[in-house]
Amino acid sequence: MAHDHDDHHHDNELDPMAARVRALETILTQKGLVDPAAIDAIVETYETKVGPHIGAKVVAKAWSDPQFADWLKRDATAAIASLGISGRQGEHMQAVFNTADTHNLVVCTLCSCYPWSVLGLPPVWYKSPPYRSRAVIDPRGVLAEFDLVLPETTNIRVWDSTAELRYLVIPLRPDGTDALSEAQLAKLVTRDAMIGTGIALAPEAA
Amino acid sequence: MNGPQDLGGQMGFGPIAPEKDEPIFHAGWEKRALGLTIAAGAMGHWNIDESRHTRESLHPADYYSSTYYEIWIKGLERLLQRHGFVTAQELKEGHSISKGTDPKRTLKAENVAAALAKGGPCDRPVAGAPRFKAGDRVRTHNFNPETHTRLPRYARGKRGIVDAVREGFVFPDSNAHGKGENPQYLYTIVFSAPELWGDGADPKLTVSIDAWESYLEPA
Repeated sequence: MAHDHDDHHHDNELDPMAARVRALETILTQKGLVDPAAIDAIVETYETKVGPHIGAKVVAKAWSDPQFADWLKRDATAAIASLGISGRQGEHMQAVFNTADTHNLVVCTLCSCYPWSVLGLPPVWYKSPPYRSRAVIDPRGVLAEFDLVLPETTNIRVWDSTAELRYLVIPLRPDGTDALSEAQLAKLVTRDAMIGTGIALAPEAA
Repeated sequence: MNGPQDLGGQMGFGPIAPEKDEPIFHAGWEKRALGLTIAAGAMGHWNIDESRHTRESLHPADYYSSTYYEIWIKGLERLLQRHGFVTAQELKEGHSISKGTDPKRTLKAENVAAALAKGGPCDRPVAGAPRFKAGDRVRTHNFNPETHTRLPRYARGKRGIVDAVREGFVFPDSNAHGKGENPQYLYTIVFSAPELWGDGADPKLTVSIDAWESYLEPA
């Protein structure tokens, strides 16, 4: 009862942002400027089709196929497109490879630029002031909050996405994965590993 | 502009607090906000640079107390009013009162998949050769325009090295203000942390930005 009331409260016009967005959609629909079915289709795309599983496939292929990895380094947009992957906020891709010496981390200090075509929509923290302000000045402190503590000798390279290039981090392939298929490898590749706030999972997780 | 969006190196925002198993959306209205923003943008009356500039023109107190989808909706309301599609009165009353600007086009459901797959490439041909090559030492411009720019404050007037020469890209500083695409070569410029942050900076840290040619001079 109280619970029902709360749910009701959360979903209807008593919530100011819900009311504001509903009003805007109503006005634009009445004027024939937007098609609610098109909005449904956009939402469905990012809820069910586009997400980090796509980037994980790219990484697993790069780990398994040196020629593909080389192409990805030179022309990530074309290499990724060869797998049938393209799209909004992934028009101009750059793949940056972690090495034993250097860890890469991606941020957009000025807004929320993120490679949607391979990672889907960004998480809230990626778009929020704490991450955007600190990633460029205190990346080790940021990584520690993701439980990733790198040796002090490891170089950190932060890529601030200030233009239309969208960066995908290719994490190091974990040890003990020689026998794994691409599909099994893809399961080790987390979203955070492709932003740089994580590393690939150990094979026990596959 | 030195607006609330220019966050690199700012302090006091607290922990990042990543949410475990974060859902794609946190409320139903966020889904509609995403869809409305993309569908309204598809009418073709403003570009991504004008959108960004509109969001960063929110009052800093409003920007910092809003979630990202709230920022998007507040920006979208301003864009729609500026371009004559809706009025403040309509937003207040929640329904259409009068006909506004005729859209160049509208996005239909059957075209969504193709439109999202195509995206909006921003690379453009540029006449002539790039001014800089990989390995060149450069200094970024020091300026404080009240208009849109994608050169963050923390990287102004700093010495860096050209890491990569990219293609020509639409120049946001003019495109955001309806002054044309004026494409320029884009470069990835890498800076040492001591150059950016001075005393106590991590010697093992480098930071890069992507910078248009006019942001750079030889150093």
